[in-house]
Amino acid sequence: MIELLSLGLMRRALTAALLVGLAAPAIGTFIVQRRLALLGDGIGHVALTGVALGFLTGTAPVLTAVAVSVLGAVTIELVRARGRTSGDVALALLFYGGIAGGALLISLAPGGSNTTLMSYLFGSISSVTAQDVWAIGLLAAAVLGVVAVFGRELYVLCQDEEVARASGLPVRFLSLLIAVTAALTVVIAMRVVGLLLVSALMVVPVATSQQFTRGFRATMLLSMVFGVLATVGGLTSSFYVEVPPGAIIVVVALAGFVLALGLGRFVRRSRSQESTP
Amino acid sequence: MKGGQVSLDRRPVLRGIDLTIEPGEVVSVLGANGSGKSTLIRALLGLTPLTGGTTLLYGRPPARFRDWRRIGYVPQRLSVGGGVPTTIREVVASGRIARQRRFRPTSAADREATERALAAVGLADRAGDPVQALSGGQQQRVLIARALAGEPDTYVMDEPTAGVDADSQQLLADTLSALVAQGRTVLLVAHELGPMEPLITRAVVLRDGCVCHDGPPPHAVGAHALPGHDHVHPHAEENPVSTLDWRPTP
Repeated sequence: MIELLSLGLMRRALTAALLVGLAAPAIGTFIVQRRLALLGDGIGHVALTGVALGFLTGTAPVLTAVAVSVLGAVTIELVRARGRTSGDVALALLFYGGIAGGALLISLAPGGSNTTLMSYLFGSISSVTAQDVWAIGLLAAAVLGVVAVFGRELYVLCQDEEVARASGLPVRFLSLLIAVTAALTVVIAMRVVGLLLVSALMVVPVATSQQFTRGFRATMLLSMVFGVLATVGGLTSSFYVEVPPGAIIVVVALAGFVLALGLGRFVRRSRSQESTP
Repeated sequence: MKGGQVSLDRRPVLRGIDLTIEPGEVVSVLGANGSGKSTLIRALLGLTPLTGGTTLLYGRPPARFRDWRRIGYVPQRLSVGGGVPTTIREVVASGRIARQRRFRPTSAADREATERALAAVGLADRAGDPVQALSGGQQQRVLIARALAGEPDTYVMDEPTAGVDADSQQLLADTLSALVAQGRTVLLVAHELGPMEPLITRAVVLRDGCVCHDGPPPHAVGAHALPGHDHVHPHAEENPVSTLDWRPTP
C-alpha cells in the first residue's frame, strides 16, 4: 500500500476514487428513493455531447461536460415534472441524442475520433491530472454540501412530493437541485468509472446498503462506506492485475451486492427472532 | 373555496364547489367512491390545480401562502417510493420540516415534538423500526404522527380510516378528540366515520362533484345522503335532481 501511495499518479487516482466513492452514493440514495435510478445513465449519455463539445471548441472537456449535463439534467427534470405518459419516450430521445451528438461532434473536432471518447465512456483514472483532482474535489464538496444542507428537505421530497408541497417546500427548486447535483456527480465520476458506468456507483452501493439497514440516514452513510470500498478496492486491485479500473470498480460493487443479499437475509432473520420473544 | 372546479384528464371532477372551513370546526367530507372527496381537499390545499374558481388558505392563494406550518396534511397512504428503508422516527421527525430553517440543525424542541407524536399514536417503542415492516393501520398512525409532530392548527386528512383495524380507528378517534379539545380545526375525508362520528361538527356530502349536503352530520347516513333525497339547501340547485335534468357543464 505504501508502495502504491508513493506514486504521484496513483495517489491522485486514489484521491479521485475516494471522492467519487463518497459523493455518488450520497446523492444516489435520494435518487433511488425517488425512483430515478436511471437518471444518472441519462445524464451520462447527455454528458458525452458535452465532452465532444469541449474537444471541438478547444475548452476543457470537464467544463463543457458540466455545462451540458446540467442542462440535460434540467431538461430531464422538466420533462419528468410535466408529462407522465410520454415522459420515458422523451427521456429516451434525449439519451440517444446525447450519444449521437457526442459521436458526431467528436468526428468534427480536429484530431478527434471515437477512440478519444472511449476514455470518457469507460473512464481513464490513470490519466487523471492534479488539476482534475482539484476539479473533482470541488465538485464532490459541492455534492456533499448540498446533501448536508438540503438533506432534510430532499428527504421529505423523495418520500412524498405532495407532502413536501403541503409543507411549503420549494418543490420545483428541490427537484432541480437533485437533478443538477446528479449531473455534477456524473461529471466527477466520468473520469473514474466512465459515463456508461456512472450510474452503477449511484445505485449499487445503495442497493447493497439497503440489505442491512432500517433507516434512511443509516442507508446513506453505509452506502458511502460501500462506495468507497468499491472505488478504492477496485482501483487498488487494478494496480496489481491488468484490468480497466472502471470495470473492476463496478464488478467489485456488484460482488458486494450479491454478498450482501445473502448476508442481509441472515441478519434480518436473526433480528426477527430477537424481536419475537 | 369559491366556485371551485377541477378537471382531471378533461373529465370534470368538481363542478363548482363553495366551501369555507371556519377555525375550530371538525368537518368530514363524505361521499361515494369517485365523488371527488380526495380531489376536493387536495384542491383546497392547492395540490391539485383548479380549472375554475379560487381557493384561499387563511385568506391567501396557495401559491402565495407562506404559513404552511399551520397545516398538517395526512395523505391517503404512506408512499414507499424507491424502497430505501426509513425508520418510523425519521418519517415522524420529517413532520417538523415546515418549522425548521435550512441551516439550523435539528433542535431539542423538534426532538421533543417528535417523541410526543410517537407516544400519541402508541409507536414510541417501535420508533427505530423500518416503516416498510408495518401493517396498513400502523402506517396510517405514522402518517398521523408526522402531522402531529408539526403542531399545526389545521389537520387535513385523506381517508385516515381506510383499511385501518378497529384498534387503530379507536386510537385515531382518541387522538382527534384531544386535538378538538385543543381547539384545532380538522378536515377529513372518510368513507365511514366509525368511532369518530361523535366528534364531527359538520358534514359535507359530495355527489358527482357537487356538494349535496352541508350541515350537521347526517345521523342516518344512509337516508340522508341517498341520491334523490330531497334536501332543501342553498346548493341544491347545483345538484341535478334527476338524470333527465340535463344541463351543459360550464
